[in-house]
Amino acid sequence: MKYVKYLVLGALFGIILTKSEVISWWRIQEMFRFQSFHMYGVIGSAILVGMVSIQLIKRNRLKSLDGELITLADKKYNHGTWIGGTIFGLGWALTGACPGPLFAQIGTGVGVGAVAVLILAALAGTWTYSALRDKLPM
Amino acid sequence: MLELLQQPWPWYVAGPLIGLTVPALLLVGNKALGISSSLRHVCAACVPAGIPFLTYNWRAEIWNLVFVLGIALGGFIGYRLLGHPDVVGISAATVRDLKAEMHLTDFTGLLPRELFALDNLANWKGWVFLVLGGFLVGFGTRYAGGCTSGHAISGLSNLQWVSLVAVIGFFAGGLLMTWVIYPMMF
Repeated sequence: MKYVKYLVLGALFGIILTKSEVISWWRIQEMFRFQSFHMYGVIGSAILVGMVSIQLIKRNRLKSLDGELITLADKKYNHGTWIGGTIFGLGWALTGACPGPLFAQIGTGVGVGAVAVLILAALAGTWTYSALRDKLPM
Repeated sequence: MLELLQQPWPWYVAGPLIGLTVPALLLVGNKALGISSSLRHVCAACVPAGIPFLTYNWRAEIWNLVFVLGIALGGFIGYRLLGHPDVVGISAATVRDLKAEMHLTDFTGLLPRELFALDNLANWKGWVFLVLGGFLVGFGTRYAGGCTSGHAISGLSNLQWVSLVAVIGFFAGGLLMTWVIYPMMF
């Protein structure tokens, strides 16, 4: 039962991703070709709202539902940040999907076979990274 | 009201709602928005193979897997129940360029069928789009420590300069593919 809230939030998140078409390969191509403001508007306004929300949470030292003080871990830099980031960017332009949209796409039921292959390939990518981690520049 | 829900949502509706997911997860369970980690948890749960990076208590992260399951459910509700147009309303300029440069003719659906059909696995382009594309997404996000949600939305919202570096990388890779590698492939 304690997980139901995450299922609901995930579903809302999935509906928003789907209805705003950011799960579409066409939209990602349009973005990388600078031919529409849509994706920039979505990502930019999301960051702005997130930023204001986090400031309010931090300044008021808000607690979560279970009474824990809300904390956010700092992200740590290593060379993987830009090397991995660039590798993901290549994949983002190819597939037109980051991980969130991949899961939303499978839910839409459109091209399920192809999306299933994409997700399996993404899992294989994560597994391979995990196995090679010690040998990669960090 | 229902009619409004059924149409594609403009950026100024969808963007702020996506942004609100960040405080919603924090308030509900002190969780940071991030989706690519779910791929790691699935690997850790299914094929840990003694790899140190996959040997951890993934059960503590089940919330993340449930969240991802919810996203799939949301995809179903948003697309099937709320309805969708046959063609994604991208700009005329993008349609023109994709016709000319990538020889695409079928603009229906969320993904170009001509690039993502399973039959394409019979030739190298199918492998590039379906297998290599997915692989790079899974490999790159974990190597970078996050994806569009964890770095771009969550990280930049929390003023993390590391996330800015990652996002610049995302765009560098995407632009390289779109402007340099695609023209060589087609």
